[in-house]
Amino acid sequence: MRRMMMLAGLTALAALPLRAQEMVTDFMLDNGMQVVVVEDHRAPVVMHMVWYKAGSADEQPGVSGVAHFLEHLLFKATDTLESGEFSKVVSANGGRDNAFTSYDYTAYYQRVAADRLELMMQMESDRMVNIRLSEDDIATERDVIIEERNQRTENSAGALFREQRIAAQYLNHRYGVPIIGWKHEMENLGLDDALAYYETFYAPNNAILVVAGDVYPEDVKTLAETYYGVIPANPDLPERVRPQEPPQTSARRMEFRDPRVSQEYVTRSYLAPERDAGDQREAAALTMLAQVLGSGPNSVLARELQFGTKEAVYVSSFYSGVSLDDATFNLVIVPAEGVSLADGEAALDKTVQQFIKDGVDPEHLDRIKMQLRASQIYARDAADSVGNRYGRALTSGLTIQDVRDWPEILQSITGEEIVAAAEAIFDKNNSVTGWLMRPELQAEVSQ
Amino acid sequence: MMRFVIAAVAVLAALPARAEIEIQEVVSPAGVTAWLVEEHSIPFVALELRFKGGGTLDLPGKRGATNLMVGLLEEGTGDMDAMDFARTAEELAAEFNYDAFDDAVMISARFLTENRDEAMALLRKSIVAPRFDEVSLARVKDQVVSIIRSDAKDPDRIASQTFDKLAFGDHPYATSLNGTEDSVKALSRDDILAAHQGALALDRVYVSAVGDISAIELGQLLDELLAGLPATGAALPGPATYDLAGGETLVDYATPQSVAVFGHEGIERDDPDFFAAYVLNVIMGGGGFESRLMTEVREKRGLTYGVNSYLIPKDLGHLYLGSVASANDRITQAVDVIRDEWARMATEGPTIEELERAKTYLTGAYPLRFDGNGPIANILVGMQMDDLPIDYAVTRNDKVNAVTLDDVKRVAARVMRPDDLHFVIVGQPTAQDG
Repeated sequence: MRRMMMLAGLTALAALPLRAQEMVTDFMLDNGMQVVVVEDHRAPVVMHMVWYKAGSADEQPGVSGVAHFLEHLLFKATDTLESGEFSKVVSANGGRDNAFTSYDYTAYYQRVAADRLELMMQMESDRMVNIRLSEDDIATERDVIIEERNQRTENSAGALFREQRIAAQYLNHRYGVPIIGWKHEMENLGLDDALAYYETFYAPNNAILVVAGDVYPEDVKTLAETYYGVIPANPDLPERVRPQEPPQTSARRMEFRDPRVSQEYVTRSYLAPERDAGDQREAAALTMLAQVLGSGPNSVLARELQFGTKEAVYVSSFYSGVSLDDATFNLVIVPAEGVSLADGEAALDKTVQQFIKDGVDPEHLDRIKMQLRASQIYARDAADSVGNRYGRALTSGLTIQDVRDWPEILQSITGEEIVAAAEAIFDKNNSVTGWLMRPELQAEVSQ
Repeated sequence: MMRFVIAAVAVLAALPARAEIEIQEVVSPAGVTAWLVEEHSIPFVALELRFKGGGTLDLPGKRGATNLMVGLLEEGTGDMDAMDFARTAEELAAEFNYDAFDDAVMISARFLTENRDEAMALLRKSIVAPRFDEVSLARVKDQVVSIIRSDAKDPDRIASQTFDKLAFGDHPYATSLNGTEDSVKALSRDDILAAHQGALALDRVYVSAVGDISAIELGQLLDELLAGLPATGAALPGPATYDLAGGETLVDYATPQSVAVFGHEGIERDDPDFFAAYVLNVIMGGGGFESRLMTEVREKRGLTYGVNSYLIPKDLGHLYLGSVASANDRITQAVDVIRDEWARMATEGPTIEELERAKTYLTGAYPLRFDGNGPIANILVGMQMDDLPIDYAVTRNDKVNAVTLDDVKRVAARVMRPDDLHFVIVGQPTAQDG
């Protein structure tokens, strides 16, 4: 019976195309702005996005949060648009717009009917160089981002824990500073800080245009040349070199206690290599390791700790190699009732060590590869997410070719490579362990 | 002898010709009705099943039974345990999702054309013959209890659960469909079997499919998929009576930002004024950055990151709710602004400019929702649950455009009731200066 199952799996593998046709075209404007077009002609919709190769990790020390603050301020006035008019025009055209900031990128998008693409390009290219901010804008919007921090971080014990954990992970790299900013620095962000960031990084030679949906590359090219192509490149664009992490030589541990914690858990993260242009194999092995170890009920950790010993309510591993500088490989265990954090952590370590001895179950690896191939078929149902994938990769130091090669590299990873990746990454000296906990009983102090 | 009917076809012609979406009503040989859009360019199908009546079907003393039952559907069937089931789905690269809501049980599937029969055979086993074994029962109970405990410390959940409790008395809507720690721990395998028989019945199933499948294939697929489910399920409870006067309820909770859920009774989905109310709410707090609440509370005063309002027409009751979050020393001001805006809209209604802007947004945005097999399947099953006609997608924008300024003003006076507005605030608000 088992053999039959495996054969069925193999047949299916052979039948799926190795690379789904995503219909992706790319070209470069004369001023250095890269353009990616993802075609999907099933519905007359288009996603228009501009990605800047600048995120929170590109900020200067002392002004944390300014990348994200500026993202908010780009919805204020320009030379030709009033404050708030940008979003008003988008919605009057039946569209939706927003933006997001990460460590390595800031991106703006509008989702509209395909025949409104030109209007979007006109407005987006305008605010690339023409914003006009007032001190009033600054004061009000700074209150908004502080409330955003309250909502996302201050009101959540888990988010505060995560912030401390990441800060403990990066001693020297700006990835250790939260994207939204440290509160005390956010409170002092001013007009000059925002404009300094804007003038340094917002330029066509530091941006990528991604258009996904019911469009043809020739038409996108004509429009892009008209609106983005006329903006001069910034000749003073700084090289993207950021302070790097020194080798980690001692394990770091932290405890975070908060009365708002209901479920205690343990996290473990290891500094890990990211995907590099032309060199993605190690990251591919780590990606597959995260799948094998901790994704789904049949993963090594779930099989052993959730279904086997029942020491965990939940257990998982995750890794994302899309990052300009060093990434992390993460493990988490939520111990079952009656299992202490220490015992949960020990069980996690033991299971990982046993996995390194036992190696990868070939059938399990085949199933993961089958799912990865199928995910390329499912991805064709969502052109936006294909566009997103390119935007993130291209702002994180990868090339179009790297994105295209990635699925085949994942398919070629062997069980031996996965184990080798595990042996290399799971070095206690290279780790941060965090315990999220409820407060200690306060018997002594409450007399 | 094929007793197979395509009863009706509607074409969403609001879109350019090349992107027409042809919605077919398919009736299977055994009589199951489904709405189908054939889309053969990508070799997979998105299938949506909904069973009317979700958490509301829980029997007295068995709160959480329907939710727990749904959580157990993917935990094994026949001689497969939870891991066998997951492994087989992985081999097929099929994705199944099971979820419970107050008024519905949702089952979503995404599967490849090349192994459609195997994928559907597996899905069928999980729906028709789940194991509900004691080992899985204990494990999933622990997961649900963990969620209940987390909710008890989450300010957003505390606010909405408090509002529901105040609003709906003894009705199931008053409490979380997760149940309480005690009620979940007390559930037996027999309770789960009863919940399964009560919820997953043929007299309440709604189906949509979008993707690489023909009408005839879908009819056969559905008959095989659903054969063996009971013809009729458990009776739904009666309507929920809204029982909350205007005012304010403070839940003291040590956290830096207060969270507020506010609102009063809403309007039924099939009320003739529903469309006008829907447009009105887009203007008030349902749209994006341009809504009145966002403009007044966030853009002008910087009091919050997000404030919104939404109509909730449930099957057995209805609400008009909103939410906001502001630092403890600013929440009082945010609440005052919202109360003022609520009263202003009730008496003055929106301006003609606001109405026109909302209409262009709504009519322009509607076709954009139909942009993938998954999203379209979701829309189609929702339309059936709301008892809308198959040509609804064609006429919907006309209904929006037909709303006049008089309509929204009249409906604003009817639906927005500032005196009934009740705020549940979770946090530690401090008195405001000036």
